Amino acid sequence: MFKNPEELQYTKTHEWVKEEDGIYTVGLTDYAQDSLGDIVFVNLPQVGDTVAAGESFGDVESVKAVSDVFSPVSGVVAEINEEILDNPALVNEDCYGTWLIKVNEVTGTEELLDAKAYEEVCANEA
Amino acid sequence: MELKTPLYDVHVREKGKIVPFAGYLLPVQYEGVIAEHLAVRKQAGLFDVSHMGEITLKGPGALATLNHLLTNDFTKMPLGKVRYSVMCNDNGGCVDDLLVYKFGEEDFFIVVNASNRHKDFEHMRNNILPDTQIEDISDSIAQVALQGPNSREIMKKVMKEEDIPEKYYTAKRNVDIGGMDCIISYTGYTGEMGYEIYTAKENAEKMWDLLRENGKEFGLIPCGLGARDTLRLEASMPLYGHEMDEEISPLETGLDFGVKMDKEEFIGKEALIRRGEPQICRVGLSIIDRGVLREHQDVYLGEEKIGHTTSGTFSPLLKTSIAMALIDKRYATPNTVLEVDVRGRKLKAKVVEMPFYNRNR
Repeated sequence: MFKNPEELQYTKTHEWVKEEDGIYTVGLTDYAQDSLGDIVFVNLPQVGDTVAAGESFGDVESVKAVSDVFSPVSGVVAEINEEILDNPALVNEDCYGTWLIKVNEVTGTEELLDAKAYEEVCANEA
Repeated sequence: MELKTPLYDVHVREKGKIVPFAGYLLPVQYEGVIAEHLAVRKQAGLFDVSHMGEITLKGPGALATLNHLLTNDFTKMPLGKVRYSVMCNDNGGCVDDLLVYKFGEEDFFIVVNASNRHKDFEHMRNNILPDTQIEDISDSIAQVALQGPNSREIMKKVMKEEDIPEKYYTAKRNVDIGGMDCIISYTGYTGEMGYEIYTAKENAEKMWDLLRENGKEFGLIPCGLGARDTLRLEASMPLYGHEMDEEISPLETGLDFGVKMDKEEFIGKEALIRRGEPQICRVGLSIIDRGVLREHQDVYLGEEKIGHTTSGTFSPLLKTSIAMALIDKRYATPNTVLEVDVRGRKLKAKVVEMPFYNRNR
């Protein structure tokens, strides 16, 4: 029902993560953006902030609700996607092409799932 | 176990996202709240509101019963009018808010909130005056709301123009819409012009499809509960369980226009007198900082907690967050800057005039 890219890894709390050369890029899954509906605000940490695996690093506000975003990894925020601060609807339009933060100096990760295992999580919530 | 409205299968067919609400399974959205909201403001939207309760009150005692049960005055109400009222408990709190349609001197049709339907019916039946028959007909009736500036053009395609109610808060019954026997009123819960249509539940799907088909050229789309909430909030319309409840009095929440204290008697009148001049009032808030106000958030002036929000959202039209709040009336002056505790962060918001949106302005 959702097309979750095979090359990404996922959390049970509906974030995706991609690792490249020690830098972890984090975004929201299709299930998350679809559940939230029209996203109107994204609150992100600042570059240099530390994030902890399994803990909230920001939140997304849709018209209907607010939801925490949990970090799949522990580390330091290397970059934030400033584009979505001005245009949060990008997360709805292309959730796998629109990242939220990049994390480096990673010291640990949450339990990460492959696309197939993640789809089972979604199926159980639906 | 949630109930399904007669339009449940239609919502599934229309790809609505179904959620439980007030004991019913209803679509929170189809295409998206913002698109649906803006369709109603600029073109037209169609809502299933079959979950609403309908109660009839008939007989020689019906008028006296209404005046006893409800805070508004129905004595001089003309035929074909619709009137808003609150129903108070003995303590001056709100049992519900509702609409009363007058179709005959002894023939009234009352529309109540879905979540209060059984409570309301019990309260009414326990307080009914002699020579009055009361009946809950909710389960036999489907209701749809067609809302938006193009609503009249759409109705003209499916019914005789002279049968369309001309004035706000008027209604007609035994009207033929596409061969179906209906009640139609010029009413709604969006702050936009539009109609609410009641028909036998067997007609529900046919009515929906008729309006959908004829509405296409006028930009009509189906709308869910999400847009219904953002639309009513922009129009500052109260919602039971938010702006009012069994504790809050109608005078505290700014519904004085529907409370006739000069009426001889009604349930709750003595309590309202005893409670005296309200010390709190309902205000509109518009956010200054970045974020979204939601319901049940505490409102502060400096360190002092002066009230709480009752509803809050992101306004798709104004593109900022708005809320309604019940606060100490001393701080209710427009442009007063307050703070709202939004998930542990105090965000600045200012008091603004309501409604947030007025189509006549």
